Amino acid sequence: MSAALSCAGLRREFGAVRAVDGVDLSLPAGARHALIGPNGAGKSTLFRLLAGGLRPSAGRIALDGADVTRLSEARRARLGIGQTFQHSSLFLSMTAGENVALAAERAQGRPWWPLPRAHAARRERVGQLLGEVGLDGRVDAAVMALSHGERRQLEIAVALATRPRVLLLDEPAAGLSPAESARLADLVRRLPDEVSLLFVEHDLDLVFRLATRVTVMHLGAVLMSGSPEEVRGSPEVQAAYLGSGRRQDLFLAPASEPASEEE
Amino acid sequence: MSVALPRLSGRAAERAALVAVLALLAAAPLFLTPYATSTVTRIMVFALLAASLDLLVGFTGLPSLGHGAYFGAGAYAAGWCAVHVTASGPVALAVAIAAGAVVAAIAGCVAVRARGVFFLMLTLAIGEVVQQLAESWHDVTGGSNGLYGIPAARLGGFSLIDVGARHWFVLAGFAVGAAAVRCIAASPLGDTLRGIRDNEARMRALGYRVYHYKLAAFIISGAVAGLAGGLLAAHQRLVTPPDVGLGTSILALLAVTIGGEGSLWGPCVGAALVVVITDALGSSLGGHGPLVLGLLFVVVVFALPGGLARAVAARRRAAS
Amino acid sequence: MPAWLDTHLVSVLNGLAIGFLLFILAVGLSLVFGMMDVLNLAHGVLFLTGAYLSWLIGGPSPSWPSFLVALVAAGALGAAAGAGLSLATGRLARRSHLDQALLTLGISLIAADALSAIFGDDVLAVDPPPGLDGSAMVLGHLYPVYRLALIAAGLALAAIVHLGVERTSLGALVRATVADREMVSAVGADDRKVKAIVFALGSLLASCAGVLGAPIYGAGPGLDTTVLILALVVVVIGGLGSIRGALVGALVIGQIETLGRSLLSDLASFVLFGALALVLILRPQGLFGAPGGARP
Repeated sequence: MSAALSCAGLRREFGAVRAVDGVDLSLPAGARHALIGPNGAGKSTLFRLLAGGLRPSAGRIALDGADVTRLSEARRARLGIGQTFQHSSLFLSMTAGENVALAAERAQGRPWWPLPRAHAARRERVGQLLGEVGLDGRVDAAVMALSHGERRQLEIAVALATRPRVLLLDEPAAGLSPAESARLADLVRRLPDEVSLLFVEHDLDLVFRLATRVTVMHLGAVLMSGSPEEVRGSPEVQAAYLGSGRRQDLFLAPASEPASEEE
Repeated sequence: MSVALPRLSGRAAERAALVAVLALLAAAPLFLTPYATSTVTRIMVFALLAASLDLLVGFTGLPSLGHGAYFGAGAYAAGWCAVHVTASGPVALAVAIAAGAVVAAIAGCVAVRARGVFFLMLTLAIGEVVQQLAESWHDVTGGSNGLYGIPAARLGGFSLIDVGARHWFVLAGFAVGAAAVRCIAASPLGDTLRGIRDNEARMRALGYRVYHYKLAAFIISGAVAGLAGGLLAAHQRLVTPPDVGLGTSILALLAVTIGGEGSLWGPCVGAALVVVITDALGSSLGGHGPLVLGLLFVVVVFALPGGLARAVAARRRAAS
Repeated sequence: MPAWLDTHLVSVLNGLAIGFLLFILAVGLSLVFGMMDVLNLAHGVLFLTGAYLSWLIGGPSPSWPSFLVALVAAGALGAAAGAGLSLATGRLARRSHLDQALLTLGISLIAADALSAIFGDDVLAVDPPPGLDGSAMVLGHLYPVYRLALIAAGLALAAIVHLGVERTSLGALVRATVADREMVSAVGADDRKVKAIVFALGSLLASCAGVLGAPIYGAGPGLDTTVLILALVVVVIGGLGSIRGALVGALVIGQIETLGRSLLSDLASFVLFGALALVLILRPQGLFGAPGGARP
């Protein structure tokens, strides 16, 4: 059984800087896989390489076993890679429902249809998706009127609307309050089992609650990859984090107060 | 930068206003002087051009400063067809639409790769090239003298010679063209275009073939502009290079900006304003129509972003 | 000397002269856009103002003093206009770059109309200043001295601009801003002052180019849009914010405009557009532009 998403020997340079240096990753179906590491570790770059917004200098990426390294971001999205962005990337002049509808239309509808069409069936699906992320009844709310937390939820609804096989979440909890984080954690737990999830997070408490597998990156390479317990207990990981002076307490004691860090 | 089209409330009021406007336009030849009627005809032609540009600017977020090229292509094509092939009105219009679409397709392939101000520069250069073509291709376009002596359009056996007949022909063309634009704006395609305008990167990440959609918008917009050009040829029975050129393109963009991009009706109002100021009031302003327009433009850009349409929508929201 | 060059020497020299004139005009446009993402559509009208100014001050046959006075006056006016434009567009900095471009468009409409109100609709011809109005022998051909002087002036200016950008701290700031704007403002450099200076300098060059170009183009309505288009094509082909690009682009366009027109007459416009399209397809950021590509 091939992995839902995998990469081998992935490398990307920016001039003299090796942002991603020979990364291998394998995401099985239904994975709940977290990607952590101190700032500058290369997590965002790796995400962009996987999603297709950036071309690798070397290495291969495969989706369900098929090579997608040469394919554009839009093509990969059509093949089943969905993503959310660290900074909310929504359609600001529209309502929450219209945002989700845009995504749903691309996946199941005919977004090129030049005649006005009845919205009934689509509205139902949109309402359902918004309900799944905890935004029931907000179909007609303008995005500009939503709170930051609600926008993060909407981001996920938009990504889910395309029925992705693989979902890449880039710091979904960035800027959320503890209550909102908890809601987000519930949302992630409720995600369909078929969807393989890879997420970057700085909120290590959230990571250890949600992930079944954790990969730690440092200076562009994979430091270690294993279960949350293995990672938490690893001295190398602690050294990497301690070296940049961060969150050592989360390694020494389980599930302390949650905190999110800005990049 | 735009106003979301009102979908739910106010539908009935919108319909009523539309009917009233169309009725007024249809009645114009009956109670206005021939010159005034002709001005209203020109307003409709220009309003259709502005609406087609709005599809590109307000909906897809592609600011084009070269729209005169497709307008002129349609005008020349319709005129040439009337002179050399057939004076049938509908055929000339069909040729005009095709001409606008083809020129837009060629220009779009290159232009649509760029974005924002870069795109603006490209469309400017392209428009200029088309005008040069109009001036130098004597055999087809008549060069700087223009294409004159265009026979009156024929519709079902009638020659549309007098002002009223031409006016109603243009009104019909305008109504069809405006309806088409409105249709697209309210369709899934329109939503897709607005998505591209709002957040192109996100659309890519969702799997949309953004380049194709932009090109499609460009071609459709060019086709409608071509239709407007064909109507111009039928009305004026003369097409000259300035119709194709930068002046027309600038006036069209002015109309869209002043009226409010993204609202479709705003650009039509803006078009009326532009035509009135440059044509009708031209002499009483000492020929300084462009100056007044420039001032208006500066004021709108500075103080009234989103044009008249957004100001009206804001007032409506404040009142409710 | 190859026969081809012999026949077309005059055109080639013309191309160089026009090219250098275009360089003087376009370099300001390129820098302003490269630094601030502001497309100054009033750039053409600055050129026209300079041309009209040279006619106003020197008349149809200016003397040397009046030529120089016109140059200085145009420079001063251009610099002031540039500073004003910088201020006006700065107010819109928070809105889209399109709005800034549209603002300059509105200003150019007002200015163009005002100019034709003041100077009328005819094209006013201006002679070169005495001493430069004759012809000289170049490689066996008689050639207008003024255009040779224009080539010399262009070379000198290219050298000055190059030194200015490579050796002065202002130049370093300009280069840094073109390369990475956010970084520069993060470092705390007062970019508003730098922007105003660059805008003023660029506009100064544009109006001086108008004075220099008056003996060739004259001064009349429509000239502003003609040179604006040429300058835009130069900037797009050469790459935004690149002085080297502006020079290469200007020389290329200069050749296409003159040599192209004498060889292909009306088809020259298509060669122009074709070159533009080709560059955009193969290298969208222009020949010397930063690979960041077209910023919206």
